[in-house]
Amino acid sequence: MWITLQLTLGGALLAIVIAVVLGLGARVHNIVVRGLCRTVIEFFRGTSLVVQLFFLFFVLPQFGLELPAMVCGILGLGLNYGAYAAEVVRGSINAVPAGQWEATTALSLSKTQTMRRIIFPQAWALMIPSLTNYLIHMLKGTAIVSFITLSDLTFHTEQLRVQTDTFFAYGVSLVIYFVVAYILTLLMNGLEVRAKHRLGRGEPLREALSVKAPNTTVAAEGGRSA
Amino acid sequence: MNQVWDWDAAWAVLPELLMAFVHVTLIVTVASTAIAAVLGLLIAILRMSVPKPVAVVINFIGDFIRMTPIVVQLLFAYWTFLNVEPLTIGIAVFGIHYSTYMAEVYRAGIESVPKGQWEATTALSMSKTRTWTAVIVPQAVRATVPALGNYAISMFKDTPFLLSIGVVEMVRAGLTFGGNNFRYMEAITLAGVIFLLASYPTSLLISRLEKRLAYNY
Repeated sequence: MWITLQLTLGGALLAIVIAVVLGLGARVHNIVVRGLCRTVIEFFRGTSLVVQLFFLFFVLPQFGLELPAMVCGILGLGLNYGAYAAEVVRGSINAVPAGQWEATTALSLSKTQTMRRIIFPQAWALMIPSLTNYLIHMLKGTAIVSFITLSDLTFHTEQLRVQTDTFFAYGVSLVIYFVVAYILTLLMNGLEVRAKHRLGRGEPLREALSVKAPNTTVAAEGGRSA
Repeated sequence: MNQVWDWDAAWAVLPELLMAFVHVTLIVTVASTAIAAVLGLLIAILRMSVPKPVAVVINFIGDFIRMTPIVVQLLFAYWTFLNVEPLTIGIAVFGIHYSTYMAEVYRAGIESVPKGQWEATTALSMSKTRTWTAVIVPQAVRATVPALGNYAISMFKDTPFLLSIGVVEMVRAGLTFGGNNFRYMEAITLAGVIFLLASYPTSLLISRLEKRLAYNY
C-alpha cells in the first residue's frame, strides 16, 4: 500500500516535470530541440510501460548501472506518463486563445513572463482534467511493479490470497485501489476549481467545498442530463 | 556478456518474439478490441434505456472497473476461474475493461446525435429497436472510430500485463530467452522496437482517419 502510494506520487511529480519540459520543448521554433522532444515523446508513448520497466531493471545493469527497484519504478512510470502528459501540456498551451499572446506582445512582456504569468496559468486549468485521467492511469500502472520485485499492493494481495481466499483478497485490493483513485480524482477536481478561480472564473475552492453550494451542484446535474 | 549488443543473440531471439507477437499479442488485441467495441455499445445503450436507479448502478460498476488496475483484475479472474485457459481470461478481461472506456465514448457519440433525429423517429413512429439500429447508432458510431483505434493501441501496449497470469506473450518470451542466455539487452530492446514499429504507424493512421471523419461531417 505504502509503496503503491510512493510510486504514484513520485511518478506523478517526475511526470509533471518531464511533461512541462517536453511539452514546452515540442513547440519551440528550433527544429533540433523540437525534433528531439518529439522523438522522446513518441518513443515513450510508443513502447509499452512493461518493456520500459524491464529495460531499466534488467538491461541497465549490463551497462554497470544498477538502480534500486524503487528508482526503476518511479523512473519508468514518470517517463512513460510524462510523455503522455507532455502532449496534454502542448495541446493546452496551444488552446490558449491567440489574443492572449497578442496582448503580451502589446504589453511587451518578456518570454518568461508571458509563459509564467499569462499563458501557463490558463493552460494549467485546461490541462487538469486530462492530467487527472493520467494520474489514475499511473495509479493503475503501479500494479505492474511487482514484476520487478517491488512488494506493492498487488504483491501483498497475492500473499493475502494464499492465506485467505481469492474473493476476499482481491475484493479488498480492488476496493483499496478504487478508493485511492477516487480520492485522487476529488483532489484534482479541487485543484481545477482553484486554478479556475485564480483566473477569475468560478468561485473559490472554499465555497465550492461548502455544503450549501447550489451553483455547482446544479451545474453538475445539468451537465449530466443534457 | 562482454560486448554491449550481440547480433547473434538478437537474431536468435527475434523469431521467438515474432511468434509470440503473432500468436498472443495480436490475437488478444484484435479479439479484445472486438469485444470492447460491441460490449461498450451495449452498455451505452443499456444505460440510456433503463430507469435511473439501475443506470446509476451500471455507472458505478463501470467506474469501478475503469478505476482499478487491469493486472489485479487479471489475477482475480485467473484465480477465480482456474479451469479456464489464461489466454481466454486475458481476452475477456481486456475486452471488459476497455468496454467501460468505450461505453463513455459511445455515450458522447450518442449525445452528439441532434435531438431532431430522435423527434423524427417519434414522428415516424419507429419502434425502439429500429430507432437505435437504423437512426441513432449509425450516426453515433461514426465519430467514435478513432477513439476505438486509440484504445486498441493502448490495449496492445497493455498486453505484457498478461505475463502475470502465465501467458507467454512477447515480453515473457523475451524474458525467458534473457534468463536462459543471460542476455536481456537484445530481447527487451527488440520487444520495445517491435511495439514501437507496430503502434506508431497505427497511431499516425488513426490521426489521419480522425481528420478525414471530421471533414466529412
